Amino acid sequence: MSFDNLDTLYRQVIMDHYKKPRNKGMLEDGSMTIDMNNPTCGDRIRLTMKIEDGKVSDVKFDGDGCSISMSSASMMTQAIKGKDVDTALAMSQTFSLMIQGKEYDDEIDLGDIEALQGVSKFPARIKCATLAWKAMEKGLKE
Amino acid sequence: MNPYEIRKLFPILDQEVNGQPLVYLDSAATSQKPAAVIEAIEQYYRGYNSNVHRGVHTLGTKATDAYEGAREKVRKFINASSTEEIIFTRGTTTSLNTVARSYGGANVKEGDEIVISYMEHHSNIIPWQQLAKEKGAVLKYIPLQKDGTISLDDVRATITDATKIVSIMQVSNVLGVINPVKEIAKIAHEHHAVMVVDGAQSTPHLKVDVRDLDCDFFAFSGHKMVGPTGIGVLYGKKELLEKMEPIEFGGEMIDFVGLYESTWKELPWKFEGGTPIIAGAVGLGAAIDFLEEIGLDNIERHEHKLAAYAMEKMSAVEGLTIYGPKDAEKRAGVITFNINDVHPHDVATVLDADGIAVRAGHHCAQPLMKWLDVSSTARASFYLYNTEEDIDKLVSGLVKTKEYFSNVF
Repeated sequence: MSFDNLDTLYRQVIMDHYKKPRNKGMLEDGSMTIDMNNPTCGDRIRLTMKIEDGKVSDVKFDGDGCSISMSSASMMTQAIKGKDVDTALAMSQTFSLMIQGKEYDDEIDLGDIEALQGVSKFPARIKCATLAWKAMEKGLKE
Repeated sequence: MNPYEIRKLFPILDQEVNGQPLVYLDSAATSQKPAAVIEAIEQYYRGYNSNVHRGVHTLGTKATDAYEGAREKVRKFINASSTEEIIFTRGTTTSLNTVARSYGGANVKEGDEIVISYMEHHSNIIPWQQLAKEKGAVLKYIPLQKDGTISLDDVRATITDATKIVSIMQVSNVLGVINPVKEIAKIAHEHHAVMVVDGAQSTPHLKVDVRDLDCDFFAFSGHKMVGPTGIGVLYGKKELLEKMEPIEFGGEMIDFVGLYESTWKELPWKFEGGTPIIAGAVGLGAAIDFLEEIGLDNIERHEHKLAAYAMEKMSAVEGLTIYGPKDAEKRAGVITFNINDVHPHDVATVLDADGIAVRAGHHCAQPLMKWLDVSSTARASFYLYNTEEDIDKLVSGLVKTKEYFSNVF
């Protein structure tokens, strides 16, 4: 088995977020709740966000899914917490390009999230990685 | 039958995936195609592609003969009384929708009941949900036993005199169980309801006899039984089909067209609006020839054997849960499972790195997933070209998956 290849997908930091998800749960005083499913596989996510003065002041996610979708959700919440809405949306754009294996602007620092770059080599799993980000975009654009 | 010889007849199986020989265990999603089927389709397009039932020219006659010849093969394959009862469709989904819209549209009224089961595929749920909503009818679900089977007592308790349609899958695409559709049809008929059978997962694997089952409608797809995608069949009893209205109108299905009124062709063509899936029908005919040469009885026996072998080997893997009946005799070659603490997508990705193709997800059966209390599962499904060696590779892949995930944590 080509475990080397798998290691580009299942990076240590990803498994860490999968096993110990950050910002897991529901915000009691959240101002928005977004539910999203991946209809092809049954993964689902509920994102609660609190927006104050144009910033994502707090965010939590709950849901059920594979290592890629759940770790991506965990990293996403960590990345956007405290950021301007516009910055969060710009990160989402960058993430979308990265995950598809396209050129992206590296001025925006994605931090841990760059570990998900390997997903672009596994086309069947790209939708897993983008679920939480799509939910976030949907919420912030409303 | 020798699966190692049969494998050689399927060109696609002779390849490497991710540097490993392909082990294809996803036939319940779609089966692979033997060279004979691929060649029949190629010969049609190279040699006699032409529209059917029109024109006088030679190619047109050849194409019509092949298309109608395929219909006769289907008739024999499921032992229908006449080719008037064999309607070509796009697949099981279209077949079931045709019954729901045409028969259901005319015969189901407010307060009537439609009965299905918890294990149905979405294609045998949503057409009935839509019909029930439109008509104000009640959609009822037959519950499942602990092992995922259907008990006839529950069937008797669910079907009433208000039931107009009962629609059940013959073989489950998730649990692999073989349902007693003949007995269910009898109960449905005692209450003057029609019996619809979703045969998508049964026709590839066991001998179907629609007259013996005494079902009123039977739906299946070509692509799950070594035929091409895009072709399926709706069987219906002639006396029912005759009274039903087409749901698609246009060319091919008409008898006479006036400015404000038209009349339909006779059966089965009144249900086949538009240029039909000619190459698909030719391919399906070749698939039937192929399966019959090997023998459905032999295929069924081979799959039971593989299922029993897989159940035994997989049960020995610690932390692995298999859903559905434990008795291999009760099931076709479908095994749905989960590994503790590893999500089925991750299982499928790790197996894929080893060249092993399995399905992960909800298998188009979300109500069943809810009943099993899981969000998704992994599934290995076997067919005539699979061998015990394939199962050994699967099992060793599963052991490696467990190891891999315990290491990365």
